[in-house]
Amino acid sequence: MLVLDKLAKTYAGARSRSVLRGVDLTLAAGEYIAVMGESGIGKSTLLNLIAGLDAPDAGSIRLDGVELTRLDDDAATLLRRKSMGFVFQAFHILPYLSLAQNVALPLVLNRVAEDEAAARTHAMLAAVGLAGREASMPRELSGGELQRAAIARALVHSPKLLLADEPTGNLDPDSAAQVLALLRAQVKTRNAACILVTHSQAAAATADRIVVLTAQGLREAG
Amino acid sequence: MRATMRAPLALSRAALFLAPLAQHKGRLAVSVLAIALGVALGYAVQLINAVALNEFSQAVRSLAGEADLEIRGPRAGFDEMLYARVARMAQVAVASPVLEAEAKLPGRKEPLHLLGVDAFRAAQVQPALIGSAPADLLDLLRPDAIFLSPAAADSLSLKPGDRLAVQVGLTQQSLRVAGLLRASGRERLGVMDIAAAQLLLGRSGSISRLDLRLRPGADMDAVQADLQAQLPPGLIVERSHRDLQRNANLSRAYRVNLNVLALVALFTGGFLVFSAQALSVVRRRAQLALLRVFGVTRGGIARMLLAEGALIGAAGAVLGLVAGYLMAAAVLARFGADLGAGEFRGLHPDLHADPWASALFFALGVAVALAGSLSAALEAARAAPAQALKAGDEQTAFARLRPAWPGVALLLAGALCTAAGPVGGIPLFGYIAIALMLLGTLALMPRLATTVFAVLPLPRAAGARLALAQLQGAPGQAAVSLAAIVASFSLMVAMGIMVASFRVSLSQWLDQVLPAELYMRTGMGGDTGFLSPEDQERIAALPGVRRAEFLRIEQLLLAPDKPRVALLARSFGGDDPGQRLPLVGAAFAPRAGDPPPLWASEAMVDLYGYRVGQVVQLPLAGQLRRFTVAGIWRDYARQHGSVIIARELYMAYTGDRKANDVALYLAPGASPASVMRAIRASIPGAANVEYGAPAEIRARSLKVFDRTFAVTYALEAVAVIIGLFGLSSNFGALVLARSREFGMLRHVGMTRRQIGAMLAAEGALVSALGLALGLALGWVISLVLIRVVNRQSFHWSMELHPPWALLALLAAALLLLAMFTALASGRRALGVDVVRAVREDW
Ligand SMILES: Nc1ncnc2c1ncn2[C@@H]1O[C@H](COP(=O)(O)OP(=O)(O)OP(=O)(O)O)[C@@H](O)[C@H]1O
Ligand SMILES: [Mg+2]
Repeated sequence: MLVLDKLAKTYAGARSRSVLRGVDLTLAAGEYIAVMGESGIGKSTLLNLIAGLDAPDAGSIRLDGVELTRLDDDAATLLRRKSMGFVFQAFHILPYLSLAQNVALPLVLNRVAEDEAAARTHAMLAAVGLAGREASMPRELSGGELQRAAIARALVHSPKLLLADEPTGNLDPDSAAQVLALLRAQVKTRNAACILVTHSQAAAATADRIVVLTAQGLREAG
Repeated sequence: MRATMRAPLALSRAALFLAPLAQHKGRLAVSVLAIALGVALGYAVQLINAVALNEFSQAVRSLAGEADLEIRGPRAGFDEMLYARVARMAQVAVASPVLEAEAKLPGRKEPLHLLGVDAFRAAQVQPALIGSAPADLLDLLRPDAIFLSPAAADSLSLKPGDRLAVQVGLTQQSLRVAGLLRASGRERLGVMDIAAAQLLLGRSGSISRLDLRLRPGADMDAVQADLQAQLPPGLIVERSHRDLQRNANLSRAYRVNLNVLALVALFTGGFLVFSAQALSVVRRRAQLALLRVFGVTRGGIARMLLAEGALIGAAGAVLGLVAGYLMAAAVLARFGADLGAGEFRGLHPDLHADPWASALFFALGVAVALAGSLSAALEAARAAPAQALKAGDEQTAFARLRPAWPGVALLLAGALCTAAGPVGGIPLFGYIAIALMLLGTLALMPRLATTVFAVLPLPRAAGARLALAQLQGAPGQAAVSLAAIVASFSLMVAMGIMVASFRVSLSQWLDQVLPAELYMRTGMGGDTGFLSPEDQERIAALPGVRRAEFLRIEQLLLAPDKPRVALLARSFGGDDPGQRLPLVGAAFAPRAGDPPPLWASEAMVDLYGYRVGQVVQLPLAGQLRRFTVAGIWRDYARQHGSVIIARELYMAYTGDRKANDVALYLAPGASPASVMRAIRASIPGAANVEYGAPAEIRARSLKVFDRTFAVTYALEAVAVIIGLFGLSSNFGALVLARSREFGMLRHVGMTRRQIGAMLAAEGALVSALGLALGLALGWVISLVLIRVVNRQSFHWSMELHPPWALLALLAAALLLLAMFTALASGRRALGVDVVRAVREDW
């Protein structure tokens, strides 16, 4: 479904740095992989490239046959809106929207009818154990709860691909385990593919397979 | 489960869009108010303008009627022999002579517009002026019969058969109200037979206007040119209703000034929207980036922020339209359509909300708010979302404001604009210059902030040290607050310097033009009062009077497209006129053989190109007379031009021995009060004259000045206060946005007091720089106001007198306000739970 071919990225500027080189990856539909690698090696950069938030210097990214690197910003944005979901280390829940409004954000952007959006949001919140918290404001929630809401938001529009950058980095081990279990369960129920970037062996262990990013490229973890 | 859902989910795009607005209601309200103020001012001025013009054109139309051409000349009129000559011309179907005067009514401030007409001619040209079939047709010719317009009858509480007293010279004449005019409209006027009017006013043989109707098929241009060639000097033939144009120009400068004030308010509003939006976009940088990650396009982000701006603009505009209408209604009720300038005396206008004007001002409000949001919207759309999601990225948002050349280019363009002349009598380029200078300085602000903060040495105290470090590290943020201070303060300084300079100059001028101990004026409340030669002799012969200087005022029409110029014929009692007049620049003593001297006001230089030493010609009593311009004097009383000549010369040229005013120098031991009593006792009718001691006249003039500027000043103050209010709320928002930073500082062991000191130091540094720049910019703008805008609007100069004490006080108050705001918002920021403050997301 997702194919990366000889992907390379160099940050331009005075302190120009080559971050990614020769990155190849094939991800099947519904596959759940973990990406590990030392800090600063370019894991987040890789996710940004896949998401179309940044452009590679060389190589190609194909999502269901569509060459992402050839899309202009608006087209990439539309693709992202429809086919991708995101979970961040820092949650990034909009503080001025209620939980339901936060979760429904992708549905609203995809112009899903309001009734249907409400139903799906409700179901999604229930699925992540936040039933009944629709009207809560983000400041009333704990970190673990916020991250569960973020997972709900990432999956509510049934994306093909979910990108998660250290989703448990800000959580205590118990909450982290809970969130990871939830993430995997939801990804699998919805048959979405998922790339989980993490520093934690325990987290990585929840994935179907583990790849490690090095200065030379991606390799399967032995 | 559903019971716990406190509100409907509102999962719509609108909710998504409106939710962040609720986040900063306070700043939003200030922006809305500022836009509202600008729209309200502009709309009110526009409404009042429309009313005034409408009234005026109605009046002119009913007076001039169906005439094709009009012949006009000096205010006092011209020889009626012309009438016979013109009436005989082949192309002329009807010629209707008119004698016009502002009749002084004893005991009343407002004169009655009096027209003497030839009823049979006028019926064919100005039918509105003829009475509705008087019971006795002969009343049309009776010498004491006057017909009043319904409005005049109404305001004077007179009905047909009643008597009306009119003051001529110093005596009273009694007229009989013979009937009402058919004229509709609200113009207050009275109509008499022209011969009767000439007799009544002591102006036999003189008419002030000749209205012509041409034969069908006549070539109007040809007739006009032909006629003009035959007219004696000082008379002008022109298309009917030209007067409308000329008089509409009269108060245009004043109105434009008011409009510019409205624009200043709107500008402040747009600027507030700009700074509020710039800060809000920076604060919401991560949130906006998140929307981008979730699939909102660049265009979508820009549209969303522009829609916010439009919403602010629309709310402000609606509020402004309502407020403007109410304001206009209040002003009209209080002052009348001329805003107290005295041109439309006696009109009681109706207010109409013209849908086009309303739409225009609504659009203007929205456009200004949109313009204010534009840079923030573009900036937000441009941001790279992956970057913006990281903390500390705010500076990249401000970094983009930094290049210097646009600001420098704007300043240069502004400087160039000051050299340009007026456009259609309006100092258009002067205003543009001010706008460019303001924008240029604001554009340079980030660069200036960076430079200045970089060279300041780091202080030792932890608070101040951190404050400066913060400003050095984030000069862009400071620049937004700085820009707000500079914009508000410079406008305040400019207005302050201009008004103070004008007031001091006026006060000095009054001292110079009022050297005598007692003044008598017959010209107030109409132009039919005067001092006859006998009155003059009697006054001069009074025992308490050491010296009497008489003044005759006449109005000359020198150019068809300009208002009349005042001719002041005065005696100087043997003094050197050059010493007595408030001259500006060099004087010129005519040599033997040169034409006699004339002193021209500055407006004559601007409007008619007069130069010192030049020989000029004036039409006096139908003849061109030559004069040498011996000096240019400052005349704060007449903005359309005035010239002074010796009264003896005037009498010799015209035979007119009447006088309007007299300045009395008293004999030793005589008091103004005793002389006044003596005049009243010895001259019949002298009770109807205005007396004034210089101190009173001075005080009255300054009071009028203060009242005129009180309005402008109050409006300006409101705009500036809203600007400062916005500034402090923006500053507060900036500080609040840093509560995470404060939480961290508290964690590492900074005391609340230290953080307070840090914020106060920041506030003081930023505002001190802002005030210094504002003072410099305000000084330059005040020079443009004085030398360009005022000069081109009113054609008079003034000396620079900056009100130092007031400015220093203002600056100190603003400095304190800034520090207080910083401290107060710091307290709020510190009130945020230290633990929660370091959490991500808010
Ligand atoms: N905008 C940028 N400009 C220049 N260099 C950058 C930029 N963003 C990231 N880098 C550099 O690129 C490298 C990869 O960054 P990236 O954020 O992808 O690392 P990472 O693998 O996600 O690290 P971590 O595990 O610490 O999150 C880092 O060395 C970083 O310094
Ligand atoms: Mg990373």
